[in-house]
Amino acid sequence: MMKALTRGWLPGYAILYIAFLYLPVMLLPIFSVNSSPIPVFPLKGFSMKWYESLWGNDIMLNAARNTLVVGTASALVATILGICAARAITRYRFTGKRPMSGVIMAPLVLPEIIIAISLLLVLLQFGLGLSLMTVIVGHVLICLPYSITVLVSGFEGFDPSFEEASADLGETTFGTIRRVTLPMMMPAIVSSLLVSFTISLDEFMVAFFLSGREPTLPIYIWGQLRFAAKLPAVLALGTIMLVGSLVLLTVAEMYRRRAARKTLTEAGGLFA
Amino acid sequence: MPDPNAQTGKAMIEISGVTRKFGAFTALDRVSATINEGEFFSLLGPSGCGKTTLLRLIAGFDQPTEGGITIDGQPMEGMPANRRPTNMVFQSYAIFPHMNVQENVAYGLKRMRLDKAEEKRRVEEALTQVELGHLGKRRANELSGGQRQRVALARALVMRPKVLLLDEPLSALDKKLREQMQVELRHLQKQVGITFILVTHDQYEALAMSDRIAVMFDGQIAQVATPKDIYQRPVTRQVADFLGGMNFVSAEVAAENGTSLTLKTRGFGQVKTERPEGFVVNGGTATLGIRPERLRVLWDDDRSENEIAGRVVDRHYFGEITHLIVEIPDLETPLSVIETNDFGADDIPVGSQIRLAFDPDALVALRD
Ligand SMILES: Nc1ncnc2c1ncn2[C@@H]1O[C@H](COP(=O)(O)OP(=O)(O)OP(=O)(O)O)[C@@H](O)[C@H]1O
Ligand SMILES: [Mg+2]
Repeated sequence: MMKALTRGWLPGYAILYIAFLYLPVMLLPIFSVNSSPIPVFPLKGFSMKWYESLWGNDIMLNAARNTLVVGTASALVATILGICAARAITRYRFTGKRPMSGVIMAPLVLPEIIIAISLLLVLLQFGLGLSLMTVIVGHVLICLPYSITVLVSGFEGFDPSFEEASADLGETTFGTIRRVTLPMMMPAIVSSLLVSFTISLDEFMVAFFLSGREPTLPIYIWGQLRFAAKLPAVLALGTIMLVGSLVLLTVAEMYRRRAARKTLTEAGGLFA
Repeated sequence: MPDPNAQTGKAMIEISGVTRKFGAFTALDRVSATINEGEFFSLLGPSGCGKTTLLRLIAGFDQPTEGGITIDGQPMEGMPANRRPTNMVFQSYAIFPHMNVQENVAYGLKRMRLDKAEEKRRVEEALTQVELGHLGKRRANELSGGQRQRVALARALVMRPKVLLLDEPLSALDKKLREQMQVELRHLQKQVGITFILVTHDQYEALAMSDRIAVMFDGQIAQVATPKDIYQRPVTRQVADFLGGMNFVSAEVAAENGTSLTLKTRGFGQVKTERPEGFVVNGGTATLGIRPERLRVLWDDDRSENEIAGRVVDRHYFGEITHLIVEIPDLETPLSVIETNDFGADDIPVGSQIRLAFDPDALVALRD
């Protein structure tokens, strides 16, 4: 009885849910290739002119460059810090480990506006000017919990005897990190880089408060939304960012799964 | 031609007064032992007795709290694992999953900067030794448990260590493969002539493979001896019990000197035994032990100088042998007897009266 009910309802619910979630997003690419400057149905005709208009837009290109710089730097810093933290969390027992993990994970649940405003206050207190640097600091803070989560799951499957075996075979500590630890952790590291980059790419709140005169793409888009005529170009830009994010996240997920599968077969083989 | 692999009797490893404490817990307590060159030496003991801890101290993954270890005459204090003349086969094998079999075996050679041809030759030699020559290109996750174990062996042997350390290398294998690998490992050790130190909690494995066995309990070595001596002449009740079943009979010390004891028991009468190492006459009592298979059932007309009579109270059939539990009027605990089935021990009815013969030499005095 119960089963029959859920069997009827669940797929319907799932379809509705997915429609609500993704239909608006689907409108973005559709209107971005519509030749009319007004985003309404019916569509007028196919056109790539909005994409072409982006190309000559220096302000937009500058914002894109800023976004790339911030994304790359945040991803690198968050991942390097994440590697250290994940290793400490998985390998060592120390007092205050739980509270410390809690503090590191906090940005996950704190509203971004709180993070942005408190960072702004701190920076102003220290008399530091706003620049891409300050955005990077903020983004590292936001990316770190995600980076650590990805990396911890990578390090958890990493048996310390791999490093001992390397030392036993005559390798130095540095050589062991280079020849064993890093290659074995590579899927998790790449995955952490991509996830962090993607988060930084479309982060708005922190960038808005901390970027000063150097807007990133989301800030640029927000600025453009005031002009109705610019909307189609924004839609085109949004589509490009959407596709980029999707590709990055897919690659990251593929890496993560591959890593998980590796450690799984490892464990299965060893303890079977 | 003399056997080039015969033990030279030269000490390869000297462990002197090694203690390892983890906080308040003492994992190893003043352990001393000498392991000879070319010897197959086993560390045998129940789980948690400190076998792995001792092996890791020898390998250099851990440092003793007190005491020292010498390998081939060289003190190892402060010497990191990567500069010690030892190599280890890990219990988990620790085969690098991002490399194929050849790359795994060549891992340690890379640092020696041999020329390519020499490196290749040594890798192939090691893989042939463990009969894996044909699997060089396989990845670690495409190997069976037995094959991983061989790769781990080849990877260690290719380094030509003075000492090979093996931490329960066979425990992850199924029974049949384990028995086959026991024979092969023993063979390989004779062939390469390297000192092997094997950690195991399986007494049959230790008995079948070793030149000498150290039996450990609670962070201490209870006895070091050849498999035969460990089995036939255990010095403590704990050692005797760990290496298969033994009947224990309490006895009175009737006479003693430096090398022998005369013990008086009910049931077995008066027997003269070797004095176990470290035996202290305490209150004039001792424990006498005899292995179940050293008691023999006497049939109708059989006679023996040393007989003991009793009643069968239980019987267990094990295919080639039968296990009898025999109550003896003078003894508080019944004796267990293992008899082969060739003469029909499996047909002895429960409740029947039987006589047992024993060899006084098979009786050993034990420390408690
Ligand atoms: N790093 C450590 N910190 C604290 N205690 C430890 C540590 N390593 C080992 N011990 C303790 O020391 C004791 C001996 O451990 P060890 O691993 O040497 O046992 P083992 O004889 O190898 O047992 P098993 O047969 O189960 O492998 C155990 O009680 C263990 O809990
Ligand atoms: Mg162990």
